[in-house]
Amino acid sequence: MKPITTITNTTIPLMKDNIDTDQLIPKQFLKNILKTGYGRNLFYDWRYLGNGRLNTDFILNDPKYKNASILITGDNFGCGSSREHAVWALKDYGFEVIIAGSYSDIFYMNSTKNGLLAITLPKSQREILARISSDENITVDLPNQEVRCINYKFNFEIDPLWKHKFVNGLDDIAITMEYDKEISQYEVTIPNFN
Amino acid sequence: MSQTMFDKIWDKHVITGKVGDPQLIYVDLQLLHEVTSPQAFEGLRENSRKVRCPERNFATMDHNVPTVDIFNIKDEISRKQIETLDKNTKEFGVRLAGMGSDDQGIVHVIGPQLGLTQPGMIIVCGDSHTATHGAFGSIAFGIGTSEVEHVLATQTIWQTKPKTMGIHIHGKLPKGIFAKDIIMGIIAHEGVAFGTGYAVEYYGDTISNMSMEERMTICNMSIEGGAKMGSIQPDQTTFDYVKGRKYAPKKIDEAIEYWKQFKTDDESAFDKVIDFDVNNLAPFVSWGTNPGMSVPVDKPFPEIRNADDKKAYDYIGLQPGQTAKQIPIGYVFFGSCTNGRLSDLKIAAQILKGHHIAKGVTALVVPGSREVRIQAEKLGIDQIFKSAGCDWREPGCSACLGMNPDQVPAGVHCASTSNRNFEGRQGANARTHLASPAMVVAAAIYGHFVDIRKEVI
Repeated sequence: MKPITTITNTTIPLMKDNIDTDQLIPKQFLKNILKTGYGRNLFYDWRYLGNGRLNTDFILNDPKYKNASILITGDNFGCGSSREHAVWALKDYGFEVIIAGSYSDIFYMNSTKNGLLAITLPKSQREILARISSDENITVDLPNQEVRCINYKFNFEIDPLWKHKFVNGLDDIAITMEYDKEISQYEVTIPNFN
Repeated sequence: MSQTMFDKIWDKHVITGKVGDPQLIYVDLQLLHEVTSPQAFEGLRENSRKVRCPERNFATMDHNVPTVDIFNIKDEISRKQIETLDKNTKEFGVRLAGMGSDDQGIVHVIGPQLGLTQPGMIIVCGDSHTATHGAFGSIAFGIGTSEVEHVLATQTIWQTKPKTMGIHIHGKLPKGIFAKDIIMGIIAHEGVAFGTGYAVEYYGDTISNMSMEERMTICNMSIEGGAKMGSIQPDQTTFDYVKGRKYAPKKIDEAIEYWKQFKTDDESAFDKVIDFDVNNLAPFVSWGTNPGMSVPVDKPFPEIRNADDKKAYDYIGLQPGQTAKQIPIGYVFFGSCTNGRLSDLKIAAQILKGHHIAKGVTALVVPGSREVRIQAEKLGIDQIFKSAGCDWREPGCSACLGMNPDQVPAGVHCASTSNRNFEGRQGANARTHLASPAMVVAAAIYGHFVDIRKEVI
């Protein structure tokens, strides 16, 4: 995983609650056996019309948001199916940070495994960020746990362990392998009824 | 200090870390399927890692499986996923209930059916409906593919201990009301995120009186209320169910004695308690595009309160003030890890016997596993469905999410025993209406939903 410290880029607002992972990446795109190539199908049913043409009413298709890598959104983001493909699709599309009111537990865990920084801010602050012009950069500063734009500065919370992982780009499995002895000791204590 | 069942199971599995921080916990059983595992096995290969405990993993194919001719997979990418799981399980020595095996079926149906699912365990699967296994007094939850890889490599997982919520369900279920109505009622009342950050336990006299299959239906939909874990304390019903199954413990009496410790001391142990009375519960039907958008069958659909409601009504093609009786049903899906078990098929067959489905309705019946299908055929249930005009299929996830060819056509209203009514879930622009098996089969007969308390049962 690539280390993440400070990200400065433009934002795109999609202020809807309960955006589920079926919307982030519909089932027909889950058949791949790779982790890449999902970006073009992110929000497929909202981004494309029935005939495969772009739905120009959908904000992701507005050229002025083309390079935004920070998504400002609602509550309970990523609810529903556990599909990690939703995180892979957001990353593959180019998103680096999600700023939501809350996340589903499974989506949040998936984001921590893939270097997608999912942070939480209250609605009043997200509404300010959602009104920012499409060409204005904001900065998400992970070491200092701050979101900064021209007129405002907001603090956010993050579990220290996830922060450590993001900042250092650590691989979970390698970390866990260091506990091999403890795991083996535990395994001896499991009751066996066979 | 009093403890919940959840605390007791959790504490027994902690390898390192303290409460409040992510803790490394041991996983007793991982279930695998073809959609969320290929990248996990690939990750092992890339890093020259092996599966730490092959015997604590069990795989099957369910999401992509065709239900007409299971060996004729027309979609090349679906076939590739299925072949990949076959190859991966062979290479890494993981048990597989493969294509055509008598043990094959939806992963959350076969786990309990084979006796793999047992009380006191921590169980994971790359699927959000893993909470189903919580019905046995285990901690069971859905995980992402990176976590699947982590469990394969280490048989452990990093998790922050969630808060606990007790849902006290009490009263006598009225005639025509089922487990599905209880969980849909709870979600309609509490919302689709009330359980986020919590491990839920369902308890009370209503739960104690339920069969294991009913309990599984309740736990299965925990995630639809935001809770990735939903459990029920094990009791004699649980022990009787597990006993004698293929992978059940051989020293079953000793195992049962051990399992008896997993119970909540008292309500004060929960961080939060919700009370749910079922005495006056009505059959629920979903009108919108998330499982919280549901109403009792005799109540009108709500006014438009926000942009999400507006978007849902636009998608589903209904109006506020209408009732479920006015939904013109064109498609019926009977199956899924929520309601694709033998008892669900029995209830539906009882109602369907002697009737025919309405003109213009397509009805798909997809048993949750091959064993369910075999048992149903022994009882003649397949004949009841077939002579009523339904399509009797091979087991799998099927039209619950339409990864195989079973999809609901655009614009068509589908009465479904499944768990999610999200936009496009059952097919592009398909309109899903969730309800109990009895309500769904009655809708098939009438061509619209009816109040089964008055018109059928």
